Amino acid sequence: MAGLSTANNGFSIKDCALAVIALGLRAQTLREFRDRVAGVPEACIYHHFWGRLLRPAFDEPEFNNDFASWARHGLHDHSLAERLAVIDPTDFADLEALRSELVEVLDERLEETDFVASARPGEEFHFSRSHIVVFDTRRRLSEPRELASVVPHLSAGSIFYHVIDARRRPPVRIDDFRAWLADFGETYAELSERLATLDPYFVSLTQLRRQLADICTAYFEEHGR
Amino acid sequence: MTPVLQSYAETAGEDVVDQLRQLAARVRGLNVVHVNSARMGGGVAEILPKLVAFMRELEIDARWQVMSGSPEFYQCTKSFHNALQGKAVDVPPRLIKVYERTNAENAEALRPLLKSADMVFIHDPQPAALLKHVPDRVGKWVWRCHVDARQPGRATWRYLRSFVADYDASIFSLAAFAQPLPHPQYLIPPSIDPLSDKNVELDQSEISAVRERFGLDAERPLMVQVSRYDRFKDPIGVIQAYRLAKTFVPGVQLVLAGGAASDDPEGQAVAGQVQEVAGDDADIHVLLLPPDSHRTINALQRAADIVLQKSIREGFGLTVTEGMWKGKPVIGGDTGGIRLQVVNHHTGFLVSTPEGAALRTRYLLHNRDKMREMGGKAREFVRENFLITRHLREYLTLMVALTHGGGDRLELG
Repeated sequence: MAGLSTANNGFSIKDCALAVIALGLRAQTLREFRDRVAGVPEACIYHHFWGRLLRPAFDEPEFNNDFASWARHGLHDHSLAERLAVIDPTDFADLEALRSELVEVLDERLEETDFVASARPGEEFHFSRSHIVVFDTRRRLSEPRELASVVPHLSAGSIFYHVIDARRRPPVRIDDFRAWLADFGETYAELSERLATLDPYFVSLTQLRRQLADICTAYFEEHGR
Repeated sequence: MTPVLQSYAETAGEDVVDQLRQLAARVRGLNVVHVNSARMGGGVAEILPKLVAFMRELEIDARWQVMSGSPEFYQCTKSFHNALQGKAVDVPPRLIKVYERTNAENAEALRPLLKSADMVFIHDPQPAALLKHVPDRVGKWVWRCHVDARQPGRATWRYLRSFVADYDASIFSLAAFAQPLPHPQYLIPPSIDPLSDKNVELDQSEISAVRERFGLDAERPLMVQVSRYDRFKDPIGVIQAYRLAKTFVPGVQLVLAGGAASDDPEGQAVAGQVQEVAGDDADIHVLLLPPDSHRTINALQRAADIVLQKSIREGFGLTVTEGMWKGKPVIGGDTGGIRLQVVNHHTGFLVSTPEGAALRTRYLLHNRDKMREMGGKAREFVRENFLITRHLREYLTLMVALTHGGGDRLELG
């Protein structure tokens, strides 16, 4: 698995950044939007669901994916925005299944409205995808108990790489922390179970880092190791 | 680490510079050429020498070339610039001929360099046609568009696209500016150099001296807009906003500081209009500064209570970034790249009219604590997102991707 060593060699902390690439495609009407969503590369669907996490922001986002946000602020369709916002990408086996759900929601909305909603010029949806660039921080953890002190200081890029991006990486497709703990057999099974309860989609990376840190701190305080 | 890299590590963080070194290791020794059309004046001419110098620190053989042209050439390219930003423009065939001839002549002069370069970055429309004249090129060519091209004039874009489409990649500042093109379009906002004269920390005595030089009263609030004299920057709208703000805050002063870029033939005329509208108001200071007045501009931005950039169209708005880096809230036009930087109630306010700018000015000047809080957030926002280190990281990523391929994932270290 990328970025990780075996239990004996420790855990290699990575950082990452996204290089964003525009597809040069835009949608102005709901019909165009539906057709674009049905045809863009999978990487574009992924980017508009997850890429926002690494974008500069001050407030908690009103919506958790770019599609819902545009439905609200571009098309001014509140109902559609809410239906798109509730889609949790972690519920789907792969990006094609996620795309099918998106298209289903958009088709349903097209059927139930008398006119095709349209955004004003200048407020079109612009489709993008991204490359991930992974950096080595040269920091290594040798024992899981170090997680409690290290996780609170990880960068947003490190959290994205080890939790969000890890779920895309074959063969295990789970976050890197749990993948590492699995190398210790049953020793950290309980910690791993607690980490598995995290839902990374509906929170910011800062919140996710806090939740990870809280779980690790509580676990090692309880177990004194 | 070289002393220069060490300086950036102190400002932007050790990790940030280490990431640059990891990326640069993949393109070390590459022969890279940047071409634009102005050595001085405007954001492009400011950032290019810094990017090139930084690349050289990272052992990339980068250099910067400036094309030359007649006043007619710049008249033509200014029309292209206006058309790309959505203004209805009809460029006469005579000027198109000048454009093509100038590109052919510059291609001849730069041929040895361009032909053998591993990577060529062509900035904006002025040198876009160079590619056509270097058919035996060996490297990758990238077109970098710095302007707000969300709704380009159709005829002009159709013409320019005939050159741009043959590039290996292009770069736009925002997704909204991207166009249907047959190659990857990277989204890379520009940046400022925190160690340049324009942005470096200044002693209070230097700021006071600049205040004194221009007759500014340190005891009264100051609004500052730094920009080329260009209609898209709406300097007259800024004067209207100042006049409205003065009814709420009688002591307020305004500085409009700008210079002329050598590739902008309209600057003098717009500056004349601005002077006329300013009239004999002693609290409006319309400054026409030489292009190397970086420390003066730095001091003016630091002397300001509020920085404005009330543009109607804006590719990015580096003066917004500069103002924010100096800890000032920015009142900016709700357009283009300003939207990436000015976050309402956090780093400043986005406005659409002089009235909006006046109301926000009044609010900030009556809420000094809020103003200071927003200024602090603005500086940190720039540190995290708009310094040259981030800009260079994205250029290096593009260079690695174009030279090595590697799909959607690049693992370093």
